[in-house]
Amino acid sequence: MTATVTEPRADTSAAKGTSRGTGGARRRLPRIPDRVRRGGLPYLLLLPAVLLELLIHIIPMIIGIVMSFRQLTQFFINNWGAAPWTGLDNYRIAVDFDAPIGEALLHSFFVTCVFTFFSVGFAWLLGTTAAILLQESFRGRGILRAVFLVPYALPVYAAVITWAFMFQRDNGLINHVLHEQLGIIDEPSFWLIGDNSIYTLIIVSVWKGWPFAFLMLMAGLQNIPRELYEAASIDGAGIWQQIRRITLPSLRPVNQVLVLVLFLWTFNDFNTPYVLFGRSAPENADLISIHIYQSSFVTWNFGTGSAMSVLLLLFLLLVTAVYLILTSRGRKGADV
Amino acid sequence: MAAPQSFLWTRRIVLTLLACFVLLPVYVMVSSSLKPLQDVSGKFQWIPSTLTVQPYFDIWKTVPLAKYFVNSLIVASSATVLSVTIAVFSAYAVSRYRFRGKRVFTVTVLSTQMFPGILFLLPLFLIFVNIGSSTGVALYGSRGGLILTYLTFSLPFSIWMLIGYFDSIPRDLDEAALVDGCGPVGALFRVVVPAAVPGIVAVSVYSFMTAWGEVLFASVMTNDATRTLSVGLQGYATQNDVYWNQVMAASLVVSIPIVVGFLLLQRYLVAGLTAGAVK
Repeated sequence: MTATVTEPRADTSAAKGTSRGTGGARRRLPRIPDRVRRGGLPYLLLLPAVLLELLIHIIPMIIGIVMSFRQLTQFFINNWGAAPWTGLDNYRIAVDFDAPIGEALLHSFFVTCVFTFFSVGFAWLLGTTAAILLQESFRGRGILRAVFLVPYALPVYAAVITWAFMFQRDNGLINHVLHEQLGIIDEPSFWLIGDNSIYTLIIVSVWKGWPFAFLMLMAGLQNIPRELYEAASIDGAGIWQQIRRITLPSLRPVNQVLVLVLFLWTFNDFNTPYVLFGRSAPENADLISIHIYQSSFVTWNFGTGSAMSVLLLLFLLLVTAVYLILTSRGRKGADV
Repeated sequence: MAAPQSFLWTRRIVLTLLACFVLLPVYVMVSSSLKPLQDVSGKFQWIPSTLTVQPYFDIWKTVPLAKYFVNSLIVASSATVLSVTIAVFSAYAVSRYRFRGKRVFTVTVLSTQMFPGILFLLPLFLIFVNIGSSTGVALYGSRGGLILTYLTFSLPFSIWMLIGYFDSIPRDLDEAALVDGCGPVGALFRVVVPAAVPGIVAVSVYSFMTAWGEVLFASVMTNDATRTLSVGLQGYATQNDVYWNQVMAASLVVSIPIVVGFLLLQRYLVAGLTAGAVK
């Protein structure tokens, strides 16, 4: 990763000269754009991005990795260089699944996988359904499209705090409907603590996440040529057949990007559980990001927290790599 | 094409159910914000028995909501302007030039896009605390520090989307501008940027919304003076009581500008996604 950054930076000294050169080129009317391409201008254009990437991603990541090898507690926050070196101890603690810390991490990882699977699955299903049903124009289509995007536009905390209110045991809408109005449950349940919390989390996450799938798939549907449907229609294919034979297969490239993005966002989601449950989530809704936050900023065990972060990163890299290899046949890697 | 009845009925039923699911919290937000405190503390009522606008006056006094509003506005717009400007330059370089290190750059940007925020929280926290104690520059707790951290999400996404968008603009356009005597930077601002307005609006909307809704960094990196809405809204829960009517009123107030802005700009977002991500 370091090589990434040093290379363009090394060329920036040359870049200044070329940008002046382009000013001169303006008078000479550059007929061969390739001449400019060999110069330093691209590096100059990239410079701000490279510097910022260094500052906000590369350096913090290196520090994070270094910290995962140190015994970093709150006593060393102001001078973390002095935190004792412990080698792989933090990692050993994190993956010692027989001891409490490792066991909790494994549990949290498992919970996150289940949560992500259902959350992404339902979000994708609702998004696909809505996008296909809204493909043809009809009265009210514009309004529905706007309505469906509301959860995407609402600030996370405002939306999730409303769900938290709805799931309150004594004064919430959910228990009122399920217990008093429909009588499905015998007594008001707890939704934000205990066994039900994972359902609550999935419902809120799907509500918040599906409009993004809808948006992406709607954009994807605009790229399908009308002639395909017309041809199929002439050949006698009904609308259900057209959806199955034309619409769904045409969406495959969009879905490849969409599923990966939804997976990463959902797997890493912090905002939803944090607003719903607070600093420490109920055991069966203890997502990995909350878990790491808890280990770092609540129990002040920054070293173990860093080791967990690095492990999470490795896992995400692995999944993404496998996913890209499986889906990228025929697609250029650069524009994923 | 004449759709069969089975399709039309499926469409009506499914879309109605979805609209109900989507709007349920919005209804709860609006109706509860108009109830007195004893009503939101008791059994839920679909139809408020007493209507009051008092919560809308109280929200500004219970917590300094106006201050948080201003903080969020400053942080979100600065992060947006900064990340979109920088992304325009680098996306132009990547889209229009061939140079050494290009692939390394795009791969790095793409991969940082997927890193979890929690990964950067602790290191950035440590960096800010250390810069503060060694140079006296208070990044920790400042708006500037928060703006920097928000670039961790918006910059990679903006660069990634804009590369795709710029690629979809015919190269002949800016090469014609070069021939006509524009410098490369002139071609960028006079030809490529105007042609890419939908893409630029799309990434701006995205950046602004992520910054406006972010909770994790805001809860660690701010103090009383720089607190943003996402953390400030927690102030309506006191030791004894949660002022649910005020929470709902405040949620509505902070949501309205962003929802209206988003709905006005949403067609750009679809256009931006079409070219940028869904080729």
